[in-house]
Amino acid sequence: MYGRKVKLRFFFILLIFVTLSLTIFLILKSLEENVVFFQSPSEIKVLSELKKKKIRVGGMVKNKSISVQKDELNFIITDFKNEIIVTYSGVVPNLFAEGKGVVAEGYLKDKNFFLATKILAKHDENYMPPEIKAAIEGK
Amino acid sequence: MASLIGFYSLFFSLGCSILILLFSFKNLKNTTNFDNKLLSLTFLQLVFIILSFFGLIIAFINSDFSNSTVFNHSHTTKPLFYKISGTWGNHEGSLLLWLLVLTLFIFLFLISSKKQPKKYRVLTLLFQQIIIIGFLIFLIQTSNPFAQIYPVPSEGLGLNPILQDPALAIHPPILYLGYVGSSIIFSSVLAASSTNYISKEWAKHIKQWILISWIFLTLGILLGSIWAYYELGWGGFWFWDPVENVSLMPWLALTTLFHCVLVLEKKLLLTSWVVILSIATFTLSMSGTFLVRSGILNSVHTFANDPERGLYILIFLFILIFLSLIVFFFFHKTDGRNKITFFWLSKETSILINNWFMMYFLAVVLIGTTYPIFLDVLSSQKISVGPPFYHKLIVPFLIPFLLAMAIGPKLNWIKSDLQNKFHLLLLLAISLLLSFLIIRILEISFLFNTILFTSAFYLFFITLRDFFIKGFKNLAQNIAHFGFSLLILSILLNNFLSNEVITNLKIGETYRSDELTINFEKIEKIKRQNFEAIIGKFNVKKDDGIVEILKPELRIYNQPNIVTSEADIKTNLLSDKFITMNLVQNQEYFNIRYQIKPFMIWIWFSVIIISFGGFFSLFKKKYEK
Repeated sequence: MYGRKVKLRFFFILLIFVTLSLTIFLILKSLEENVVFFQSPSEIKVLSELKKKKIRVGGMVKNKSISVQKDELNFIITDFKNEIIVTYSGVVPNLFAEGKGVVAEGYLKDKNFFLATKILAKHDENYMPPEIKAAIEGK
Repeated sequence: MASLIGFYSLFFSLGCSILILLFSFKNLKNTTNFDNKLLSLTFLQLVFIILSFFGLIIAFINSDFSNSTVFNHSHTTKPLFYKISGTWGNHEGSLLLWLLVLTLFIFLFLISSKKQPKKYRVLTLLFQQIIIIGFLIFLIQTSNPFAQIYPVPSEGLGLNPILQDPALAIHPPILYLGYVGSSIIFSSVLAASSTNYISKEWAKHIKQWILISWIFLTLGILLGSIWAYYELGWGGFWFWDPVENVSLMPWLALTTLFHCVLVLEKKLLLTSWVVILSIATFTLSMSGTFLVRSGILNSVHTFANDPERGLYILIFLFILIFLSLIVFFFFHKTDGRNKITFFWLSKETSILINNWFMMYFLAVVLIGTTYPIFLDVLSSQKISVGPPFYHKLIVPFLIPFLLAMAIGPKLNWIKSDLQNKFHLLLLLAISLLLSFLIIRILEISFLFNTILFTSAFYLFFITLRDFFIKGFKNLAQNIAHFGFSLLILSILLNNFLSNEVITNLKIGETYRSDELTINFEKIEKIKRQNFEAIIGKFNVKKDDGIVEILKPELRIYNQPNIVTSEADIKTNLLSDKFITMNLVQNQEYFNIRYQIKPFMIWIWFSVIIISFGGFFSLFKKKYEK
C-alpha cells in the first residue's frame, strides 16, 4: 500500500487538476456566449448572414443625422465608405455629437438598421478609441 | 525654480539608490550588524523624492507653464484644490507619486523592523531599491515631470473636467498606497525566501504590511467606484470595466494572501503558496499599471498613448518576474517542514477552500480582462466582454463561498468538530425563511435566488450573533465578514429593486408613467470660476403624492472645452434617487435618466465596514491575549 502522505498528495494533485480543467471549461464556454464583437459599417455590409447576437458598431456620427423624438433617438454611423442607421432609446453620453466618434452596442435588424441598447461614452474630447480609428481607416 | 529643484532631486535620489546598493552588498558580506548608513541613505532618498514631489506641486500651484506637465494639465482659472490634485492627475505626476510611496514604505519598513534578522532587512531593502531604480530611470527617461517648454506659454491646457472632483482628487494617492504597498510585501517575501526566513515570526511581521496595503486598496477602489457612480453618471457601483478589474485583481490576490499568512502564522503551512501569492499581488499591481497606462485599455486613466512607456513597463515587469522566479526556484526551501497533514474539517481547510474560490474569481476576472487584448493581437478581431460574462461565472460560486465564510471561522485549527450545531441550524432555518419571504415579495425567479439570499443572510446572522457572544475575540475578522455579508445583501437588493426611466424631454414637458411623473420645469445658467453651469429643475412626483425636486447640472468647461453632466442624487437610508441630464447637440430635447437605486449607501457603507475590519486587526493586539 502507498503511504498516507503519497495518497494525500495524489488526492491534492487530482483535486487541483479537476478544478483547473473545470474552471477553464466554464470560462471558455461562458466567453463564447457572452463576447461582443466589434464591426464597422463596411464589415456589416459584407456579412453573409445576420446573427441574433449582440454586436458593437463603431464609426463617426454623420453630420446632420441626429434626430430626437420623445422616446427614441436616431442617427447614422458612418465610416466614410458605408453607413448604418441607428435607433436608440436610452442615455446618451456627454461627448455624443455629430462629427464625433461613437460606439453603439445592440442588435442588427438588417444590414442598414441597427437597434442600439447602449451608446458608449468616451472620456476625452481629443481621444479616439482605437476601434473607431481602425474602422475609419479601414484597418 | 521649483521645477529645477524637483528635477535635480530625482538624480540625487538615484545617486542614493546606487549608494544603498553598494553599501548593502558590503553589509551583507562583512558585518553582523545592520549598517546604519543604509537607514540614513534611505531617509535621504525619501527626502529627495518628497522635495521633487513638492517641487511639482509648487509648479502646479504657481501655474508655472514653462513646465510641460503643468502646461498640459493645468490652467490659471482652475480652483486651487484641483491645481494641487492635478499634480497626480497625469502620467508623469502620478509616477512621481508612485515613487514617493515606494520610498516612503521602505523607510517605514526599515524603522519598524529593527527586531528582524539583519540579512533579511538588508535584502528587502536591496530588492525594493531595484524596483525604485527601475521606476526612477523610467521617470527620468520616458516621462520627466519637469520637462521644460520654451517659449513659455501664457496659458495651460487644463485638466480633464471629469477629474475635477473631490473623490477623484484623493482616489489616486489612496489607491497607490495600496498598490505600491504590495511592493514591500514583494521585496520582503523575496528576501525572506532567499534567507530561508519564512517562519511564524515573519508571518506575524509581514501581516501588518499586508493589512496596511489591503486597507488602502479597499478604500481606493471604493473611492473610484463612488466617483464612477455620480460623476460618470454610470449609475451603479461596479461595471466590470477593464480599469475596475485591474484594481480588483490585486485586491483578490491580497485578500487571499492575508488569509494564507494567517495559516502560516499559526501552523507554518502553505509557505510556497504565500510566496507565490505575494509575487502575484505585486505583479498584478504592476501589470495593472501597464495595461492602464499604455493605452491598451482605453479609459480616463490613459493619459498618453506612448508605446515607449508601455514597452518600458513591460520589460521592467518581465525582469521583476524573472528575478522573483529565480529566487523562488533556486533559493526558496520548503525544508520538509510541511509535515503536518490536513484534517478535512478544520480552519485551515476552510481557508484553503475559500482560497480556491478566490483564485477562481481571480482567474475569471483576469481572463475576462485580458482575453480581448490577446484576441486583438492574435487575430485583430475586436471584442468586448461585458457584465453577463462575469455575473454568470461568479455569482453561482458566491453561494459556497459565503457558506464557507460563515462556517469556517467556527472551526478550530488542525482538527475540529462543529460545536453549537443547534445554533448553526437554527440560523440557517431563519435565513432560509427570510429569503423565501423576500423572494416571494419581489416576485423574482425562485430557486437560485433563494439559495443566494439564504447564504448571504446566513453569514449575516452568524457574524451578527458572534458580536454578542464572542465580544472582542476574533472581532476584526467578524467585522470584515459581517461587512462582506452586508455588501452582498445590499448588492442583491439593489440589483432586484432598481428602477429607471430614460426619456427625452423639452423644457416644460412632463413624462408620465403608472408609477411617477417627471416634470422638467426650467433651466438656469450660472457662471462659475472655470465653467458655466446649466442647472435643470425637475419635479418628480410619485404615485404616493410626494414631490421631490432634483437639480442635475450640465457643466461647460472653458479649458479644455468639454461638457460634463453632474448627477443630482438624493440619498436616504433606504434608497438613492439619481437623475442626470444631457443635451443632445443642436436639439431642443434633453436626454433624461432618472433612477431609483435602493440600498446604494449600504453598499458603500459595507465596504467601509470591511476595511474597518482590517484596520481593527492592525491594532487588535491590545485587546486580545
